[in-house]
Amino acid sequence: VMFYRLLSVVQRQRTSRGWQNWPSARSGASAAEAHSVALPAQAQVVICGGGIMGTSVAYHLSKMGWKDIVLLEQGRLAAGSTRFCAGIISTARHLGIEQKMADYSNKLYQQLEQETGIQTGYIRTGSIFLAQTQDRLISLKRINSRLNVIGIPSEIISPKKVAELHPLLNVHDLAGAMHVPEDAVVSSADVALALASAASQNGVQIYDRTSVVHVMIKKGEVTGVETDKGQIECQYFVNCAGQWAYELGLSNEEPISIPLHACEHFYLLTRPLETPLQSNTPNIVDADGRIYIRNWQGGILSGGFEKTPKPIFTEGKNQLEIHNLQEDWDHFEPLLSSLLRRMPDLETLEIMKLVNCPETFTPDMRCIMGESPLVKGYFVLAGMNSAGLSFGGGAGKYLAEWMVYGYPSENVWELDLKRFGALQSSRTFLRHRVMEVMPLLYELKVPRWDFQTGRQLRTSPLYDRLDAQGARWMEKHGFERPKYFVPPDKDLLALEQSKTFYKPDWFDIVESEVKCCKEAVCVIDMSSFTKFEITSTGDQALEILQYLFSNDLDVPVGHIVHTGMLNEGGGYENDCSIARLNKRSFFMISPTDQQVHSWAWLKKHMQLDSNLLLEDVTWKYTALNLIGPRAVDVLSELSYAPITPDHFPSLFCKEMSVGYANGIRVMSMTHTGEPGFMLYIPIEYALHVYNEVMSVGQKYGIRNAGYYALRSLRIEKFFAFWGQDLNTLTTPLECGRESRVKFEKGVDFIGRDALLQQRQNGVYKRLAMFVLDDHDTDLDLWPWWGEPIYRNGLYAGKTTSSAYSYTLERHVCLGFVHNFSEDTGEEQVVTADFINRGEYEIDIAGQRFQAKARLYPVASLYTHKRRKEDVELSDLHGK
Amino acid sequence: MPAPTQLFFPLIRNCELSRIYGTACYCHHRHLCCSSSYIPQSHLRYTPHPAYATFCRSKENWWQYTQGRRYASTPQKFYLTPPQVNSILKANEYSFKVPEFDGKNVSSVLGFDSNQLPANAPIEDRRSAATCLQTRGMLLGVFDGHAGCACSQAVSERLFYYIAVSLLPHETLLEIENAVESGRALLPILQWHKHPNDYFSKEASKLYFNSLRTYWQELIDLNTGESDDIDVKEALINAFKRLDNDISLEAQVGDPNSFLNYLVLRVAFSGATACVAHVDGVNLHVANTGDSRAMLGVQEEDGSWSAVTLSNDHNAQNESELERLKLEHPKNEAKSVVKQDRLLGLLMPFRAFGDVKFKWSIDLQKRVIESGPDQLNDNEYTKFIPPNYYTPPYLTAEPEVIYHRLRPQDKFLILATDGLWETMHRQDVVRIVGEYLTGMHHQQPIAVGGYKVTLGQMHGLLTERRAKMSSVFEDQNAATHLIRHAVGNNEFGTVDHERLSKMLSLPEELARMYRDDITIIVVQFNSHVVGAYQNQEY
Repeated sequence: VMFYRLLSVVQRQRTSRGWQNWPSARSGASAAEAHSVALPAQAQVVICGGGIMGTSVAYHLSKMGWKDIVLLEQGRLAAGSTRFCAGIISTARHLGIEQKMADYSNKLYQQLEQETGIQTGYIRTGSIFLAQTQDRLISLKRINSRLNVIGIPSEIISPKKVAELHPLLNVHDLAGAMHVPEDAVVSSADVALALASAASQNGVQIYDRTSVVHVMIKKGEVTGVETDKGQIECQYFVNCAGQWAYELGLSNEEPISIPLHACEHFYLLTRPLETPLQSNTPNIVDADGRIYIRNWQGGILSGGFEKTPKPIFTEGKNQLEIHNLQEDWDHFEPLLSSLLRRMPDLETLEIMKLVNCPETFTPDMRCIMGESPLVKGYFVLAGMNSAGLSFGGGAGKYLAEWMVYGYPSENVWELDLKRFGALQSSRTFLRHRVMEVMPLLYELKVPRWDFQTGRQLRTSPLYDRLDAQGARWMEKHGFERPKYFVPPDKDLLALEQSKTFYKPDWFDIVESEVKCCKEAVCVIDMSSFTKFEITSTGDQALEILQYLFSNDLDVPVGHIVHTGMLNEGGGYENDCSIARLNKRSFFMISPTDQQVHSWAWLKKHMQLDSNLLLEDVTWKYTALNLIGPRAVDVLSELSYAPITPDHFPSLFCKEMSVGYANGIRVMSMTHTGEPGFMLYIPIEYALHVYNEVMSVGQKYGIRNAGYYALRSLRIEKFFAFWGQDLNTLTTPLECGRESRVKFEKGVDFIGRDALLQQRQNGVYKRLAMFVLDDHDTDLDLWPWWGEPIYRNGLYAGKTTSSAYSYTLERHVCLGFVHNFSEDTGEEQVVTADFINRGEYEIDIAGQRFQAKARLYPVASLYTHKRRKEDVELSDLHGK
Repeated sequence: MPAPTQLFFPLIRNCELSRIYGTACYCHHRHLCCSSSYIPQSHLRYTPHPAYATFCRSKENWWQYTQGRRYASTPQKFYLTPPQVNSILKANEYSFKVPEFDGKNVSSVLGFDSNQLPANAPIEDRRSAATCLQTRGMLLGVFDGHAGCACSQAVSERLFYYIAVSLLPHETLLEIENAVESGRALLPILQWHKHPNDYFSKEASKLYFNSLRTYWQELIDLNTGESDDIDVKEALINAFKRLDNDISLEAQVGDPNSFLNYLVLRVAFSGATACVAHVDGVNLHVANTGDSRAMLGVQEEDGSWSAVTLSNDHNAQNESELERLKLEHPKNEAKSVVKQDRLLGLLMPFRAFGDVKFKWSIDLQKRVIESGPDQLNDNEYTKFIPPNYYTPPYLTAEPEVIYHRLRPQDKFLILATDGLWETMHRQDVVRIVGEYLTGMHHQQPIAVGGYKVTLGQMHGLLTERRAKMSSVFEDQNAATHLIRHAVGNNEFGTVDHERLSKMLSLPEELARMYRDDITIIVVQFNSHVVGAYQNQEY
């Protein structure tokens, strides 16, 4: 009997549309009524997916003037996750770009009814984010101060105020809360239908019950789409297939990896309360209780992100699993308990049903957008981590801009598909990782947390050696990197308490590593860096690199050049070091997560020329950084070669022998500004060289160090890092690197015009270094990144990274200073004088700390004598 | 001798490492007094020689199987997380459901769950399950190897074929022989139900097949053709004895292929106990050789559970076995044949496959070893002749067969190696499995449907279900559930995660001191079918 009852529920879900009684789900459909006619033979753009993402992309593309668009949906419009979405729009996000997307979506949905005449059920309810602990409250305060500076009202409120805003809440166990009054609820399916309807009026053709079989690709470009109803030729394809996006990506002849995976997601619907809840009752997010609650037709809708997710569709679309998507009350029990603890009065409320709607999650909890690195014209927008409605509008807009203008108006690197490679595409990896990601949505995010699943994928050959010596690991682009080394005498149990917004437990450990770098010598395994070799038969390599990179690469053989790889706007697509190995070959070192992006960029700009060879040699070399004043002693002892500055000047690269191993690429540079060397070692020699370095180094006091020491060293010396401080919208001029631009060489390069113009007009933001003055390292909250910067009491920008400087005994933050006009908010030119004349404060979770801004590093940090250009030229890639 | 350490077992489980080393040292010295140097392994049923490590080297990486995959970044901490524990416990679990209508008859067996948890590396236990295709019935067995896994492996591959052949009617045997003779396709005899980790050795299959063929040819020749009434009990006994005989013969004859030659010797010089059940309708036969055990779970009218033992352990705790051994050997050996509860002071089980050191004459042993491969010749253990070895054989593979007619209240049968029985009382075992299986039946999903249910009511219901299911919830396999209890039970009889994770994270070399290999098969019976048989026949 039970079985049949369940079956009937499933069938009802599948057959009757609008079973949830969303107001007017049907009325919206008429405007975007499905075409039953044959598909067009060609179109400029084919969008796959008729959910909120697909319709939003169609809407924005058509608004921007692209008309020749076809949207395909395998079932009906606005079915799938979009239909079952809980309908909450919330702007309280951790990432700045996510806040902006959500804010835009909120504004877009609000006016959508007026624009299209389709009721969307938009009601401004506001949201209240509850904090059961002080740490959670800190986390909310951090979000709060960032929301305020981008113009989204929000405030931290007391439990008493919470009780006033929501009558049913039990507030006795609360430490506080954040109120975001402009958050809203909306019927997501109707939003999608309204977007589709507006798009359709703008000329977009919409076909439902049409499935994409695969995308046709020729010579690395999209040429068309094969559907179950025929082919469509097209230039652009947009994969908005939600949880099927991964499968769809793999279905092409040239598979495209879109790493995402679905988990079952449950929420509860109840009948109305005796006194029905007001429709503007605020949404509640009780992250410590792992639940969200909103009003729903006089009753409530409540779901959450449980600790033990149920991943689904690991092996792709599976009818059996779809049929088995049933209410799992036992699984929901912890969330129900949490709900009743939060709202005890609901005990007597009658259940309507428990909805099971799979949501899609990504390996790093951020959505996926952008163009495939492999196939031109193949765009993706998917993997919303349960925030599809909040991001839908903004994400659709950015993607449309990307397609129409070539780049989005905001920096979206954090969401770019190219941050992933094929290495994140294993089904096992995705299944394991999303099981960690889904609970993480509601877990406290403290500085420097690391994922625990999907680890030990890429490792250096020294991994086991370092691990045995106490290495603690972090992961970047699948690569394990040591954070720091726990000394053998350290109490390991005490180290488990690193989850804090305050001074972490590794403070002393990193201090001793930093000290060793400054006074003796340390070795850091930096093998994760992306390493390319560009070679040619003639001058082709030099020519193309001169065009792609902003600094002059026509340098004598053996020299190393720090240079940006810029886009047309002069912004950094990559920031790297290039060594000229010989006349016709170059060795390029970029940040770890540049492996896919940088490759795609180079490939895109290098014509198919059999005389020009680009090779990814990341896996061929283990990189050891010998860092510190005694590094030169260690190296000379191991190589029997003179390593005086005359023989081996700074920023120079030589192949030499180290120990028994020959052919080691030794570079006289570090990524921290300390003296030292990078050794690029063919991997089979790695263990030998490491052992030799460690045994010879013993008398010089050598020890292992990790990335945290590196980070402290580089930030105190004002070294900016691509992906954190620098991005596609920051130019060399904005971070004081004019000397790395070959303006005077008369050589054209990408971004030159933009930079010339900027040089003439002045910059609108400037990277500065902030030394915190009245900050107590032991007692105050530590800065992380994204903290608002105030200049003379006015918001001037946000920090991009921060670290404690053991030398200055102060915290140092890097961040961009803008000059917003007090009257109009418009951006104005930022001069050195403007920076120097300001009084600065950094806002850490609502508390402001005085800071001194600097445009140049603190000179006293350089204990040894170095030429000025060395200081400016040395760059780094470590984080 | 090591026997006393068996008594220490619960004690060891509770004490710190220093204590273990102390205990281990103690054993070490005790071993010394009876033979050359033995490694300090505490309560081994069979005291192996270090050289034995090379004598039986497994192809598989044991750690990989048991550990599951480790994705965590941090080095293995002392405590495993619940998912890690589960991945270890579930690495070898296997379930089989008998199809509802298999075309011929409605089976009295619903299906079975099996699992094993290694303590030795590699594990020395084996398990087998198969459906007889030419006769009715299902065969299930657990095999506990000692002095390596070669013998238990061979027995797990071969024994069921010997049993199936023994059960075959004359005509079928002829048919099969004719098919082999004329190179036609063979009738399939067994349908195996195997976990991916349960492997069959490819290299020896030809050799094994030839021995089996000789056996059925003899059966054909022996048959006078008058009666085809095959007695299951007799068939089981014959099959056991014949296989052991073949193992012994193959080792004596040797094989021109050096790998196979070494293999058959390894099989013969190691040993294995076997506990096999044959279920056909309401007829249940259990054939047992050694100290594994078959236990029937019976549900009383009041719903409580009781255990009915369907096998006798062949070890020093069994008076009649002691009696048998004394009768089989001259009076002057009465004191030496069983010493410190072990056969000749060495072997814990009193019946076993293989173990030719306890079966062959000294001459034969020496001859085989001398003509054998160097590995064997260099092996201190194989050369070592048991003390007081006067009137071999001291050991037999002949099983004791117990027949039981299934009743509707007989819900399940547990076959398990002594690794389970030494940690848990049979009554507890049956109760835990019984409650697990009935719990599983009650664990139907809840659906609200069209009923009026309030949040409070639902919450109450769910909390109740949760309390009931807390430990059951994690396992979909009765054998896994039992292992979880066997390894993780605290003094209150409930699973203690901390203890469980400690026990499972023991390094290879220590694991063997805290626990033995555990192999469990839980067969579930279909009470309706059993009831229907009863009504039919009375």
